Amino acid sequence: MTQLEINGLFAEYSPSLPILEDVSLKIETGEIISIIGPSGSGKSTILRVLVGLLHPSQGHVIVNGTEVNYKSPSALKSMRDTMAMVFQQFNLFQNMSVLRNVMIAPLKIKKEPEAEVEARAKEYLEIMGLGEKFDAYPDQLSGGQQQRVALARALALRPKILLLDEVTSALDPEMVNEVLDAIRVLSTKGITLIIVSHEMAFVREVSDRVIMMDDGKVVEIGTPDEIFTAAKTQRCRDFISNIIQH
Amino acid sequence: MIQQFIDQAPIFFTLNNGLYWLRALMTTLSMALIGCVVGFIFGFVLVYFRTSPIPWLLPLRALLIAYVEIFRRIPFLVLTFLILFASRGFGFQLSLFWVACVTIVLIATAYIAEIIRAGIEAVHRNQWECADVMNFSRARTMLYVIVPQSWVFIVPPAFSYFIMFIKETSLTSQIGTMELMSAGKYFNSIGISPLMAYGTCLLLYFALSYPLTRLGRRIEVRLKNRFKGNMATLRASDQ
Amino acid sequence: MSYTLQWGVAFDYLPYFLGGALVTLHLTFLGFLAGLIIGITTAVAQVYGSPLMQRTANIYVVFFTNTPSLVTAFFIFFGLPEFGILLSPYLCILINLALNAGAFLADVFRSGIQSVKTTEMEAAEIMGFSLFQKVQYVIAPHIAKTLYPPISNLYIIFILGSALASIFGVEELTGRAFNVDSETFRSIEIYTIAATIYVLMTFAASFALALVGRYVFRVKARMF
Repeated sequence: MTQLEINGLFAEYSPSLPILEDVSLKIETGEIISIIGPSGSGKSTILRVLVGLLHPSQGHVIVNGTEVNYKSPSALKSMRDTMAMVFQQFNLFQNMSVLRNVMIAPLKIKKEPEAEVEARAKEYLEIMGLGEKFDAYPDQLSGGQQQRVALARALALRPKILLLDEVTSALDPEMVNEVLDAIRVLSTKGITLIIVSHEMAFVREVSDRVIMMDDGKVVEIGTPDEIFTAAKTQRCRDFISNIIQH
Repeated sequence: MIQQFIDQAPIFFTLNNGLYWLRALMTTLSMALIGCVVGFIFGFVLVYFRTSPIPWLLPLRALLIAYVEIFRRIPFLVLTFLILFASRGFGFQLSLFWVACVTIVLIATAYIAEIIRAGIEAVHRNQWECADVMNFSRARTMLYVIVPQSWVFIVPPAFSYFIMFIKETSLTSQIGTMELMSAGKYFNSIGISPLMAYGTCLLLYFALSYPLTRLGRRIEVRLKNRFKGNMATLRASDQ
Repeated sequence: MSYTLQWGVAFDYLPYFLGGALVTLHLTFLGFLAGLIIGITTAVAQVYGSPLMQRTANIYVVFFTNTPSLVTAFFIFFGLPEFGILLSPYLCILINLALNAGAFLADVFRSGIQSVKTTEMEAAEIMGFSLFQKVQYVIAPHIAKTLYPPISNLYIIFILGSALASIFGVEELTGRAFNVDSETFRSIEIYTIAATIYVLMTFAASFALALVGRYVFRVKARMF
């Protein structure tokens, strides 16, 4: 079943600077999609449009068969209810403990019962290997730990679609693997994942499909094997061979 | 001069006079405290509406900006007289104490609103985005995320303004509120040497202001330590 | 009892008020200029001076930043004659402004001197800068950028603070408002006009300071 459909999407930060040009995608429920491409190719911008941080200038976003009206706050709200996003810079709330960070949105925004939220938050933190860090504050944690808290926080919202925006790019090299391991655990849970990443080996391992982007346009879409070993376009082959060499 | 001092000491240093000074001290302190606490609350409300993104609030926002810009540019003394005569002229029977408090509230609101706005702007915008994505409303983002993080930027300068207002209240002696400066004038008028009368006045202001200044520094250091890691993360994310 | 506003009478005195504003401006300008000199000297003494100089400078700063300028003005006004020094009210207020401004400015300058980054100084050291070059290329630009905004803010605050000169009979803006008030009894109108002139005057001063900051010190000051 098609869960998310993007049709002819254009987006820009200012009229003279188009970021996305005519992007179309279809994503099935439970699929794991990775978006790759050079910096500035518009990968992260797609995610920002999907959560409504940036409004498209043209085109449609269709979530579960309903087109999102970006002008309507309630439509944006219900779209965000189906999605959760993890940022490159973790963006944990600095004034809250780890547990509170995970609990705050389900508790105060979705108004779910506290005992249930707390149990769930603790469960997700345990899955992320943070069972002993409930009362720590973000600034007492390493980058890798913070990013795992951010993952637990996103999961606690029980999203249908989880967006991961370069979640390992701001981490020290030795912490990348602990976060990737956490995402591997997620990838078996049946949540739709949209991953923007530069970790090519990881992308190849977990993805169902890979989208190659360049200069605001989709260059190629295919299975990991197709993209990494038998890309049809020259641009994609160049990008892959550059990455593999380095 | 010293002879005069010794002569007047027994008349001046009595229990009754001590109580008189104490009452004056409390008046000074309560004016500044009432003015700043109310000004702080108003300042928050003002900033909340001033930074509102709702289009039809635009006229209100313009009005609030004008308020802040104007009331930070009127001398305390002039505004005190204006409030005094306006309240009398338009039939509000405010006591002198409350005239002084209203003046401080009007000015403190403008000053503290600027501090609060700067404090809120100092919290990194990715905290807003993140709360946005999790469907936090503006009010809830402020309440749960932004305001708790902006204390470190707001409290130290707001505290310095509080101390500044303690000193400014001396000007309300001109309309006759019975605060410290008036007490000095009173004792001078009943024949106590100016050095002794105003000297006591000076010492008492110093005794109020200096410990509070030190306290303010300690609060600042403590807040900065608490948020040290926070600042580091935020700086890193600016790259 | 209701008061009817009559602006005509008060407006007749507008030229007189504007003359007062001019007095306010040169009083604060001179006072602040003296304050700048005192402030720099004090800050240098606080950071580089001998222990005795440091202590004296600290006492001066702590004293003036923790006492109302109205009270210190009383001391200068009534205290100096006791020592046989007779000065005009204008001079007394000028001294008081300068001493107060000096203390607050010393605080600003001291934190400015202390905030010059050691790494930048080390880099200058390694590149073999002379003392003069260090001042020219490292210290001065840094001080201009970090100190200019708080100093211009202080100047505005001192314009407002100079209203207390009226209490001692100096005929600056507020003093002239007192005079007209006691002649015409149109208090609300008169103080409104005085307040308006203060607002316009400080706006003009902020604007001028922002321009100077922009073109002389390359500081992008924010007016609002």
